[in-house]
Amino acid sequence: MTEQATSVGYERQAYDVVIVGAGGAGLRAAIAAHDAGARTAIVCKSLLGKAHTVMAEGGIAAAMGNVWPDDGWQVHFRDTMRGGKMLNNWRMAQLHAQESPDRVRELEEWGALFDRTPEGLISQRDFGGHRFARLAHVGDRTGLEMIRTLQQRAVALGIDVFMECTVTRVLLDQSGGEARVAGAFGYWRESGRFIVFDAPAVILATGGIGKSYKVTSNSWEYTGDGHTLALEAGARLLNMEFVQFHPTGMVWPPSVRGILVTESVRGDGGVLRNSEGRRFMFDAIPEFFKSETADSEEEADRWYNDKKANRRPPELLPRDEVARAINSEVKAGRGSPHGGVFLDIASRHDAEYIQRRLPSMYHQFKELADVDITAEPMEVGPTCHYVMGGVEVEPDTAQSGVPGLYAAGEVAGGMHGSNRLGGNSLSDLLVFGRRAGLNAAYYVGRVSRTGSRPQVDPEDVRRAADAALLPFDGVGDENPYAVQHDLQDVMHSLVGIVRRQDEMEEALVQIEKLRERVRRVTVEGHRQYNPGWHLALDLRNMLRVSECIARAALERTESRGGHTRDDYPMTDHDWATVNLVCRLADPSAGEAVEVVRQPLPQMPAELRSLFEEK
Amino acid sequence: MGYDITMRVWRGDAGGGALQDYVVDVEEGEVVLDAVHRLQATQVGDLAVRWNCKAGKCGSCSAEINGRPRLMCMTRLSTFEAGETITVTPLRTFPVIRDLVTDVSYNYEKAKTLPAFAPVPRDADGNYRMAQVDVQRGQEFRKCIECFLCQTVCHVIRDHDDNKPAFSGPRMFLRYAELDMHPLDTNDRRRLAKDAAGLGMCNITKCCTEVCPENIKITDNAIIPLKERVVDRSYDPLVWLGSKIRRRDQRSEPPPTPPPTTR
Amino acid sequence: MASGVTTAGRARITARTMRTDRWWLLPAVTVGVLLAFIAYSTWRAFEGAHYVAGPYLSPFYSPCLASSCLPESSHFGEPVGSWWPLSPALLVLVFPLGFRMTCYYYRKAYYRSFWASPPACAVAEPHRSYSGESRFPLVFQNAHRWFFYAGLVFNVILTYDAVIAFRDGDGEWGHMGLGTLVLLVNATLLWLYSLSCHSCRHTVGGRINAFSKHPLRYRAWTLVSRLNGNHARYAWLSLIWVGLTDLYIRLLATGTFADPRFF
Repeated sequence: MTEQATSVGYERQAYDVVIVGAGGAGLRAAIAAHDAGARTAIVCKSLLGKAHTVMAEGGIAAAMGNVWPDDGWQVHFRDTMRGGKMLNNWRMAQLHAQESPDRVRELEEWGALFDRTPEGLISQRDFGGHRFARLAHVGDRTGLEMIRTLQQRAVALGIDVFMECTVTRVLLDQSGGEARVAGAFGYWRESGRFIVFDAPAVILATGGIGKSYKVTSNSWEYTGDGHTLALEAGARLLNMEFVQFHPTGMVWPPSVRGILVTESVRGDGGVLRNSEGRRFMFDAIPEFFKSETADSEEEADRWYNDKKANRRPPELLPRDEVARAINSEVKAGRGSPHGGVFLDIASRHDAEYIQRRLPSMYHQFKELADVDITAEPMEVGPTCHYVMGGVEVEPDTAQSGVPGLYAAGEVAGGMHGSNRLGGNSLSDLLVFGRRAGLNAAYYVGRVSRTGSRPQVDPEDVRRAADAALLPFDGVGDENPYAVQHDLQDVMHSLVGIVRRQDEMEEALVQIEKLRERVRRVTVEGHRQYNPGWHLALDLRNMLRVSECIARAALERTESRGGHTRDDYPMTDHDWATVNLVCRLADPSAGEAVEVVRQPLPQMPAELRSLFEEK
Repeated sequence: MGYDITMRVWRGDAGGGALQDYVVDVEEGEVVLDAVHRLQATQVGDLAVRWNCKAGKCGSCSAEINGRPRLMCMTRLSTFEAGETITVTPLRTFPVIRDLVTDVSYNYEKAKTLPAFAPVPRDADGNYRMAQVDVQRGQEFRKCIECFLCQTVCHVIRDHDDNKPAFSGPRMFLRYAELDMHPLDTNDRRRLAKDAAGLGMCNITKCCTEVCPENIKITDNAIIPLKERVVDRSYDPLVWLGSKIRRRDQRSEPPPTPPPTTR
Repeated sequence: MASGVTTAGRARITARTMRTDRWWLLPAVTVGVLLAFIAYSTWRAFEGAHYVAGPYLSPFYSPCLASSCLPESSHFGEPVGSWWPLSPALLVLVFPLGFRMTCYYYRKAYYRSFWASPPACAVAEPHRSYSGESRFPLVFQNAHRWFFYAGLVFNVILTYDAVIAFRDGDGEWGHMGLGTLVLLVNATLLWLYSLSCHSCRHTVGGRINAFSKHPLRYRAWTLVSRLNGNHARYAWLSLIWVGLTDLYIRLLATGTFADPRFF
């Protein structure tokens, strides 16, 4: 059943701002763009309200000071920078720390029901890397609360949503010398029919890349779409070598391997033990965090109630440290029966407390693994969770290097440096989603006033349609599911938590072979709701980001945050001021990724001083 | 430790379709969605199925398994007898798109008709103050993952398609209850619940509660309390009079938001 | 055109249900038990005899208010007088009957089992059209709270009956027989059933939005909510026990059985 590529019929829609992705960042951007007067559309691969944000559990980091009045944006900023091993874009980290409290309060105005303090304010909980309890939360389903609140707000505002519609290309207007955004091309998953959006501004809010890895907490949507769309539109990707492996994913049964176990388990007192029953995190405290981490179990236990006189338990070190430590425990043969370590909250709190604080964890383990977490420890191990790398954007406006192209949320890079702190992701979505939406609307206003709205080139539409229909040409012999499986294997074993030069070189060879196989992928059936076809198209994006990760990781000859090298195990001072940037040498030809070094923006003196005092 | 199971999966579209038998190789500890994926990857590459998180948090993979509305990702294969055939069909209350995927837009259209949350002004310091006991009822309802299993199983629309315009379904009653119990909301939605959402059509037979994967007590905690509130407003002259005389209830009654015209 | 699960556009499956379990069992048992109770209580209500034995008065005949009542049963006089031609039980049974008929739990039970609306979850109901409780006569289900108030009065009376069962046949205090215990359990179960009622839950606190401003009512609501979780159980236990109580007293009254005396 081949489709004639030349008979391209498509639906056409015109908007001011088109947002790709309906997670926290996309929805917040849409609300902001709408509020700024732009005609706004959201385009998303799934149904509204199903985006990956729904999986976020722990909370939204915001220095509101509801629980610890000493908290403030400077402390949050400092924690974020230190968590990212100082590789963060300082301006983004600053904006994020300053604006997140207001973004959280706004959610409340739109109907969110956060857990409360005894005074009736929004309650805040402890999390790894945060000096004070500052995560606004709803049990352990904060992401659900956030996405539902934003979704309901967007619906109330009447914003148009194109559900189950996948964008495969950002369309450009090259006529004025400089390429600028003219719209987007995509297909309806339900019917397979094409759709073209005319829009001077496109906001990428597509999330991450986790589906390139075998063990991941990410859903199928996380195929690096936005990263690839940006790259192919001529924008640049920053920090792609930094991939966060969340220390605690489920490890058993195999069907649920990788599913997230929230950090709140540790924030609420859960501890990690190896097969010998030892709290091994005490042996894994790095020099950088020694002064602020407890060195005895007694001090660590006291900290939950008295944060001033005691230091934090090592279980609450940033995620990269904990993931590495678990990895080495398992490698050293001190793991749990199914290749993880034990996460124990049962011996630390009574059942009532656990069920109240961690209801969905209780439910998840009970239903999927037959484990009662109020009575026995969980088995956990690292799982691919988040990509720190993403589209390089202007901190204040979230605009990429291409006029009219914006990025917010996980798909944007820079904010989290080499490692993201838990809870900073949800606040990132809100802060930069809003900024992207506002600035995209302002940009469209400027473009409209000058009377030069960009035009979509019909030739580009035809090329995009041809590319989308390629898997139906019936000449190849590859099954998309098999190719995806092999790619996940390559990334997992060769560009995983701990990396080596020869392995990464091998990965690049393998990726090249996979690219060849992707060209030969053929799908059966027709265009109507055909998951095989959808995967065949997503595979191209997954390969593209996998190549970026491998190339950047090969280039960075040190270990830092979410990038650990066996052959360069130490953090190298010379690399502390260098960002790696991926770009396409020739976006229109669309092939090889090249990696270039560029200096990290330096923060002004008054912010620098925050790191000198203790 | 793989083993084989027999599955019957409905394949087809709005024009027609049929149950088809497959033998699928599965592993210990797997769920129905794993088996469907295995089928997709190895036997029928174009089998349409909707899913996202595969962890019971997003509510995408709703289907009917041996006739019961369930999430495929939360139905473990070990719950079936050895040798039992596992039948998977799409939701039988909504129009089918293809195979296991149905058109659930009914639910999204209903969501548009509910007037938005309209809070009182913030306190002087920019905060809202609510006690935990005042938000916890609403928090239960907000656990909803919008899998629409309650909507699917509700006989009011499942067995009577003509009721769809007049009836919003259990999912929307959760929203009405949440907002009507919200300590900060300024709208009185009780008449809307009765007239626009069709609360009176519910005969509290509790199937919504039975199928809810989040174990929300939809009937006992949302629908019945809402019915009692509607009685206060519309059927109990004493309570109504009391609230007017003592000027207790100062909330305003919004008109129903007209359903936005679909694209 | 079919309007239920076979509506055009839905997945074309003709079976009324794909369920493979014995879904019909529960409605069948419900019908059986309720019919048995109705048959027994109707017979007893019209019998008009054997409802007093020593200090024990059958709950079917309490309070006994007509001139035709047996003299030892008229704890509250005979205000109805002699115009009432039928069994005195019929004067009072209408209230507990109304309470149970409009009870949110029984509604579920009999809608499912007697009306088959629906017979079980995801099993198609046989009716062509459906308007639920939105129209006459079922809109009168909204009167449940009035029957609840009336039920409380009856509970007081039946508790009084249990207390005076600590007197012997001659009116001397300090007696207790098995019949006393039976009446005590009966009163207790009726209290549990009434206090766990959804209307009660609404009245004591459910209608409030700011629990934190009404700590006492919040505590009452919490307590009633806990009872409410067992409402169905109390509904069955109290129903069966009230029948057994009457039967026990009839056995005593007809001399079939002698009341064991504790003191």
